[in-house]
Amino acid sequence: MNTLIASFVSGLVFALGLGLSGMTQPAKVTAFLDFFGDWDPSLACVMLGAILVHTFLYQLIRRRPSPLFAAAFSLPTRTDIDPRLVAGAALFGIGWGLGGFCPGPAVTSLASGQASVVIFVAAMVAGMYLYRLTEGLWRRQESAPRQVALPPLTAPSPPAWQSPQDF
Amino acid sequence: MEHFTPIASLIGGMLIGLSASLLLLFDGKIAGISGIVAGMLSPQKNDTGWRVVFVGGLLTGGFLLKLFAPQTFAIGIPRSAAALILAGLLVGFGTRLGNGCTSGHGVCGLSRGSKRSLIATAAFMATGVATVYVINHLLGGAL
Repeated sequence: MNTLIASFVSGLVFALGLGLSGMTQPAKVTAFLDFFGDWDPSLACVMLGAILVHTFLYQLIRRRPSPLFAAAFSLPTRTDIDPRLVAGAALFGIGWGLGGFCPGPAVTSLASGQASVVIFVAAMVAGMYLYRLTEGLWRRQESAPRQVALPPLTAPSPPAWQSPQDF
Repeated sequence: MEHFTPIASLIGGMLIGLSASLLLLFDGKIAGISGIVAGMLSPQKNDTGWRVVFVGGLLTGGFLLKLFAPQTFAIGIPRSAAALILAGLLVGFGTRLGNGCTSGHGVCGLSRGSKRSLIATAAFMATGVATVYVINHLLGGAL
């Protein structure tokens, strides 16, 4: 139960942060991406604020052997740069510039009831399904020999930490 | 730069960083929205409840914004249904192929000093800028 309350509060704070920062307005997102037009640097301030706070708190949190309400931390441990990562991020960026939405603001904006958001989110979920259906095609390309990721040179992770495939 | 909102955006961003920290401290999870949503599509035992509730929190926050600050949803962009569908498909597929989005790579990953997230963030920023350039400066701003 505690884990669910924490998750709910986290989602709520995330949505309020998106709303306050202006990121639920696609026009503000595309104005940031419009380097060659009427540029609006607000999104850079959002990233700066989020990264400042999370970098600091992350350092404190990872000193703990485990989270407060769960057995272990679920953090990605992959360090290799593969074509999937770059191609996926590149495709995402095209959709982001085209629609003015990334997943967080899109889901939050569903509450507005606007048709454009409903259409976008339905297509986004369809895109995720499409990936799942075709996943074998993209994974097969990974069968080529790959460098084994070396452990980080910095402080080793506590043994209890897991390594999921994605975020 | 007439629409620049540095203070509100900085504080809003700090709330997002706080949210990601709460989820990590209490549940040990990464606040990557694309991963959280995608995980709901293939439910696994003991790994679905927190995702559903997190999305419930996002929606509740959205409803509160609509009630008390409706201007947060005021400014859309001129896009046809076809453009929105293509955009949604690209975002959904791309975030799965690349294992993350603006929150998972851009906020959580960069805060952890992840090289993968740095590369991913550079890639989606670059193609985002290129796409908006094409739409706003070559195609007249609407699509």
